[in-house]
Amino acid sequence: MRWLSTAIASGIVAGSLTSSAFAYDVGRPAAPDEIKLWDIDVQPDGTGLPDGSGTVAHGKEVYRDNCEVCHGANGEGGIKDRLVGGAGSLTSNKPLKTVGSYWPYATTVFDYIRRAMPYPIPGSLSNDDIYAVSAYILSLNGILPGDGKLDRDTLPKIKMPNRDGFIPDPVFKIDNEQGPPTKRGVAR
Amino acid sequence: MIARSGTVAEPSGNDGVSRRRLLIVASTGVGSVVAGAALAETLADVPPREPGAPLSGHSERSQYVKLSRIPEAGPGMRNVDPNNAINSKTPLNKLVGAVTPTDLHYERSHAGVPDLDPAKHRLLIHGKVRKPLVLTVDDLEAMPSVSRVHFIECTGNGWENWKKADPTLTVQNTHGLVSTNEWTGVPLRFLIDLVGKDRGSTWMLAEGGDGAAVDRSIPLTDEIMDEAIVAYGQNGEPLRPAHGFPIRLIMPGFEGNLHIKWLRRLKFGDQPWMTRWETARYTQLLPDGKARQFQLRMETNSVITSPSGMMEIRPGYNRITGLAWSGHGKIAKVEVSTDAGKTWKAAQLNYPVLPKAQSRFQMDWEWNGTPAAIVSRSTDERGNVQPDRKTFVDRVGTNALFHYHAQQTWIIDSAGKVRNALA
Repeated sequence: MRWLSTAIASGIVAGSLTSSAFAYDVGRPAAPDEIKLWDIDVQPDGTGLPDGSGTVAHGKEVYRDNCEVCHGANGEGGIKDRLVGGAGSLTSNKPLKTVGSYWPYATTVFDYIRRAMPYPIPGSLSNDDIYAVSAYILSLNGILPGDGKLDRDTLPKIKMPNRDGFIPDPVFKIDNEQGPPTKRGVAR
Repeated sequence: MIARSGTVAEPSGNDGVSRRRLLIVASTGVGSVVAGAALAETLADVPPREPGAPLSGHSERSQYVKLSRIPEAGPGMRNVDPNNAINSKTPLNKLVGAVTPTDLHYERSHAGVPDLDPAKHRLLIHGKVRKPLVLTVDDLEAMPSVSRVHFIECTGNGWENWKKADPTLTVQNTHGLVSTNEWTGVPLRFLIDLVGKDRGSTWMLAEGGDGAAVDRSIPLTDEIMDEAIVAYGQNGEPLRPAHGFPIRLIMPGFEGNLHIKWLRRLKFGDQPWMTRWETARYTQLLPDGKARQFQLRMETNSVITSPSGMMEIRPGYNRITGLAWSGHGKIAKVEVSTDAGKTWKAAQLNYPVLPKAQSRFQMDWEWNGTPAAIVSRSTDERGNVQPDRKTFVDRVGTNALFHYHAQQTWIIDSAGKVRNALA
């Protein structure tokens, strides 16, 4: 194994592990069906988004029942983060970072709600409810109209107001077309 | 006259302070570690020896030693209900050496501390791999292992001082989100070979088994693939729950939040996932309103831990000591100034000096009783120098929230009171 030869060359592993022919028969294969149970991440291009859909109108109900107690009426903040407003504040001495003013990808809203919210019972909302409440939060920020609806096709197409507000560290390449970051990553 | 670390001493009066009075102050004052330090005037007053407590299965701290982290929230949000805390800070002002006691290692948890049964915990490794695998904790413990001493630092460390310096802060408040432990586990490179990662996979998603399923995209540089560890051991024992039991990722030199705790999934891909934490949270606003993203490496840093905020010193001999660390490698040099950065003198570095670990430094100092400002400045083996505050703020502004690593100044007034200051 590549790791072993590296380890031996750098003296990390002593005596007993000197045979690279050793077969590591550990763990068990992951079955496709069980991978699906845990494979919840969503990417900016929409990869990973599930079937289903939700409207702003339904999202308002989902929000009232699950989110309002911490994030306040209309997303204006409570004991936890404010979700609306803050446009134009990022250069001020008191920047207000919200979904509307700061988040660069709408797909992240869906992903985060699905994995982490509502805080006391994460994972309890249906995919339809998550699409709906995502739509409602985007509508509160003026990003989606009041009669808007989201699904796996429309969500990734939304361009968030702060989409171009980030400068990735040049050491770690984002665009795969230019090759792997492996060699560039050694720069300090 | 000696002002020991953590000991509060009165300034010397014209007639000298009696030792008894001094020690009473020491035993009750702010920053005292050892409550009720020996009050003996002569050896005859030292209590006689006697048989001690029965031997036990677990060593507790002395009843005379009071050590605790402090749960806090955002900048300026201290003395909060633990339910509202988002982190818990290490008492750097009361520790010695370079390794943090396990139970005092700083904590940052995003959805509380889950109570995970290791027999039921699983690690799924999948995505762009030849052989997706499910591993148990036993599987991981059976694999070849490494042990490394490394610091972990929350990107929020130092955030109290972005815009102002509250003079009541201790070094625990200002810098308590960094700690150093020994971590034992399986090299990431071993697991990458085990599942047969595609050559085209350049990023890896690491996800935790906490309520928030905290996840970060990790660029698969050679450095990261060579140094990252899936750890199950912390200072020679299984991880503590607050630090990721039963398994966590260790990413030497990089942001604390990349060291995913309660690790349950590694997925290989070719793009970052743009998770909430790497977009909305751990990104650094610049003055023009743009934000730095994937600023993953922790910078060259240091802080004087004694004398430090809220301590008091007396004129005469004082030992200045502190900690230095860098995500780039080993600390090469620490310099200390006692005149607000006008002149510098090399401090002594205590061995061993390990890469991406905290190193202890110390320096003798004769305080003449006039106001002073003490500062430390570290340089790492790659030549990176910890910036002074003005240079730092000129470069990044004061809105970044994370990655504060400017030099820390403690001002000392003529009464010997040590206070947090911006420069």
